[in-house]
Amino acid sequence: MEKTINITLKVWRQAGPKAPGRFETYKLDNISVDASFLEMIDILNEKLVGEHNEPIAFDHDCREGICGMCSLYINGHPHGPDTEITTCQLHMRKFSDGETITIEPWRSAGFPVIKDLMVDRGAYDKIIQAGGFISINTGGVPDGNALPIPKPHADEAMDAAACIGCGACAAACKNGSAMLFVAAKVSQLALLPQGQIERKARAKAMIAKMEELGFGNCTNTGACEAECPKAVSISHIARLNREFLSAKFAD
Amino acid sequence: MMQEQATAKGTAIDAKIPEGPLAEKWTNYKNHQKLVNPANKRRLDIIVVGTGLAGASAAASLAEMGFNVLNFCYQDSPRRAHSIAAQGGINAAKNYPNDGDSVYRLFYDTIKGGDYRAREANVYRLAEVSNSIIDQCVAQGVPFARDYGGLLDNRSFGGAQVSRTFYARGQTGQQLLLGAYSALSRQIGRGAVKLYARHEMLDVVIIDGRARGIIARNLVTGRIERFFAHAVVVGSGGYGNAFFLSTNAMGSNGSAAIQMYKKGAYFANPCYAQIHPTCIPVHGDYQSKLTLMSESLRNDGRIWVPKKKEDAEAIRAGKLKPTAIKEEDRDYYLERRYPAFGNLVPRDVASRAAKERCDAGFGVGSTGLAVYLDFADAIARLGEDVVRARYGNLFQMYEKIVDDNPYKTPMMIYPAIHYTMGGIWVDYELQTSVKGLFCIGEANFSDHGANRLGASALMQGLADGYFVLPYTIQNYLADQIQVPRMSIDLPEFEEAEKAVNDKIDKIMSIRGNRSVDSIHRELGLVMWDFVGMARDKEGLRQAVEKIKDIRKEFWANVYVPGKPDSLNVELEKALRLADFIEIGGLMARDALQREESCGGHFRIEYQTEDGEALRDDNHFSFASCWKYTGEDSEPEMLKEMLDYEFIKRQQRNYKA
Amino acid sequence: MWLINSPVGRKFVMGITGAALVLFLLFHSMMNVVVLFSEEAYNAVCAFLGANWYAVVATMGLTALVGIHFLYAVILTFQNRRARGKDKYAVTTRQEGVEWSSKNMFILGLVICCFLVLHLYQFWAKMQFVELTHLGDVEKAADGAYWINFYFRQPLYAITYIVLLAGLWFHLTHGIWSAMQSFGLSNKTWLPRWKSISNIVSTIIIALFMAVPIVYLIKSLIG
Repeated sequence: MEKTINITLKVWRQAGPKAPGRFETYKLDNISVDASFLEMIDILNEKLVGEHNEPIAFDHDCREGICGMCSLYINGHPHGPDTEITTCQLHMRKFSDGETITIEPWRSAGFPVIKDLMVDRGAYDKIIQAGGFISINTGGVPDGNALPIPKPHADEAMDAAACIGCGACAAACKNGSAMLFVAAKVSQLALLPQGQIERKARAKAMIAKMEELGFGNCTNTGACEAECPKAVSISHIARLNREFLSAKFAD
Repeated sequence: MMQEQATAKGTAIDAKIPEGPLAEKWTNYKNHQKLVNPANKRRLDIIVVGTGLAGASAAASLAEMGFNVLNFCYQDSPRRAHSIAAQGGINAAKNYPNDGDSVYRLFYDTIKGGDYRAREANVYRLAEVSNSIIDQCVAQGVPFARDYGGLLDNRSFGGAQVSRTFYARGQTGQQLLLGAYSALSRQIGRGAVKLYARHEMLDVVIIDGRARGIIARNLVTGRIERFFAHAVVVGSGGYGNAFFLSTNAMGSNGSAAIQMYKKGAYFANPCYAQIHPTCIPVHGDYQSKLTLMSESLRNDGRIWVPKKKEDAEAIRAGKLKPTAIKEEDRDYYLERRYPAFGNLVPRDVASRAAKERCDAGFGVGSTGLAVYLDFADAIARLGEDVVRARYGNLFQMYEKIVDDNPYKTPMMIYPAIHYTMGGIWVDYELQTSVKGLFCIGEANFSDHGANRLGASALMQGLADGYFVLPYTIQNYLADQIQVPRMSIDLPEFEEAEKAVNDKIDKIMSIRGNRSVDSIHRELGLVMWDFVGMARDKEGLRQAVEKIKDIRKEFWANVYVPGKPDSLNVELEKALRLADFIEIGGLMARDALQREESCGGHFRIEYQTEDGEALRDDNHFSFASCWKYTGEDSEPEMLKEMLDYEFIKRQQRNYKA
Repeated sequence: MWLINSPVGRKFVMGITGAALVLFLLFHSMMNVVVLFSEEAYNAVCAFLGANWYAVVATMGLTALVGIHFLYAVILTFQNRRARGKDKYAVTTRQEGVEWSSKNMFILGLVICCFLVLHLYQFWAKMQFVELTHLGDVEKAADGAYWINFYFRQPLYAITYIVLLAGLWFHLTHGIWSAMQSFGLSNKTWLPRWKSISNIVSTIIIALFMAVPIVYLIKSLIG
């Protein structure tokens, strides 16, 4: 009674960062539609190992849509054709029998390929290190309720903070821009009273780091928002622009 | 039997608990401990393994204080540690809702929830620092939920009569981790922390009886690298993946714990594993992991199975829909067995009750290993909108995975391994039995006893990392200021690296015909069947033998493709599995020696007439500490006796 | 200089120059429709915008705006292509809710450049340019209505203008709200509003522009 499908996979294989890559084609039969996409790749890898071949390298960890480690550009979409989910939450029932599925790594100058479908997203960490924090040390902070925060601000900050840093925004962007990622953090902290002190410095430092790391310019296509697994809105990019411009005009 | 010999021995261990009344111990300790002055801090290096709540908060705090920190994680970024997946919330004794909470109450609830198998002094300290955690996180910009007046909101969780759980939607773990990650990032930016992402610790290096560094594998290049530090702190999380299927992340592993254990750190209470009652059931043999549905669902959902076996059979065959079963033919077994607490009994109790019904043949779903969590009553009573507002994101997650609308048909759930209370033994200072080797967060055994309450894991991880370890480690380091940085060319480093390389070469050279995952699944089944929710002597004895066979099979027949000196995911998995097999053996042995039922450890032989856990305080009021004695010899068990000076132990009762 | 060195600064320049050009287009389109009511009135406007110092200054300003807008477009496109990386995706799709125009602004811009060249050759080179340099038919230099009659009664030119104006419409529908977004003058409430305003303003501008070739084309067809 379990429904299964047969599929063909076109998977990007690349031995290392400098090695040339190419697509390999694999056929998989009788895949349960209830399997997750990554479980389908597990099955393929198990098969490859059984044939004494190297399995496909891909990033994944929590498999419940929150760690942001899984990537994969599936049939032209980061995280595949379903909406508001990560690749690990994508299920095979979204595909039809006989379908050819093309799987590519995130492609962006900011995310060099490490191997096969695995890319280096260390650039996002570097952007956060440039200013995505509030400069306080452990201890000696005021009581949690000392600063009341209007609920709408707290809620909007939470909307931005939902970002999982997966990189789908830059992967989806035709300009390879990381603006949605940067905006999510700048916006979250700009909305909270704790973030006011470093507000201007933060926007400038994070934007400068993004530029330095080779990410592109935002041209407001909105592709990032459409592909974001956490539906972070591009209205946060507007806030980032506002933060940055007011910081620069204040100089 | 050899394992019986092991249990027969047992020497007392000193946990170095400070003198004085419970409420003053931590203050006394801090007042009298040794400190390291700022100039000397710069000369001391500390390795922190792990970047979860405990690891990231510790690394950041230590760097802020002026130490040089080297921080390791196997993921591509510190932000991915599995703390991020915690949903519900974090406890603190703030008493903001004015409902009578206090440090003592939080302490008491935690001890009781842990079935009186935790150390009083540690748990009291945990409750004491809980409030500072909330303040710290708010100051970092963690967007906790707030009420309309702009102040922090609280929700209720199991095992407490007060509302003390702070939360950020259903993503509290994520927000707290990102807070710690931001603090850590700031220190990385300053150069005070050197981050080694995609690095996995494979051994700790001991020089003259003290931990002085680690051997790690660069997962991208496959290179084995050596790192020196004056002290090593491990916050590598739990070992639930010994069961193959768990709610842990795919990469979560117990390897750091096993390396510490093999270098002399005791492994304490390995058998205490928490099985969470509300997970999405297994749906196929290709399954890679289990997804948790928050405990909060049990506030409004009613758990049931069919009363008649023929109905259950018809459902399993797909001939009958649950909605077609009449009210009188449903067995709301939790409400039936526990009228006072009903569907809100603690996790261990709810899990066992589900297993009991399924084993008796009343389970549903195609496998028969599922029960219903039904919201029909709640929807009728509150309306679908209210239910959606409360649980919408969870319902959406369920629908994406199962492809079934939980507003229309009841959810199916089944228990799954979620958290391990056991771990590396540490004293009051969070130091293991190896000098200079510290263990924090879920990786240690300290605060939850035999069962952890909801929303306490986040509290413990951050307490250790922000407010306990940064103090206690100084008491150790104050004596180390004269120790110069050591060369990584010392023979101890060389030997440790060689041992790691030998192990890798051995695994690579087996070239058998079993994949790593196939052996891991086999281990998982043994663990689940014999060391799972209900254990007995015979089964555990079998498990010990079966795990030995799996160990043999692994070392004789595993196949790892590729090369060791490059990115090789199969090799990573094989190294982890080798250690999970060791952990599995320890869990089974520990469960075998503990001839009582307590918290997450349930022995069928030790239960009350109504099937409840029966503790034996006279004989088992201790933490079992397993000591490594060599590759092929049985581990030795030592005991840390648990003295309850301040509270009286009682049998837990959830019926009335 | 942050207007050159930072991505937000560069987009700010794009937005400012773009917004100024939108205002010019709005003025230009309103000026054009005058011809539908009275060719004499239209010629009066043409004379007003002939070889007077303010018209020349405005023309130079416009040239600068177009130049900067174009230059930045080239820089941004070049940088963005580089940021995309060497390897391109084998499969690309358009995401739901993402406008076609937003992903093709540079192409649309090139179309508009071609349009501009054609338009300048046909009108500006025969009018203000002649007035300034006295090269060409000086008599007809202030007679805009003549040139409109001359070109738009030819179906080829009229239709070319209509098609190219459609391209401009696409460019404007994205450009206007995008400029507001780049200035940071947008949020959850205003984002959909700006998008609507964008569509309305572009449609007005383009409708006014198109009206002229359409009317003259019809006039030519019905004799």
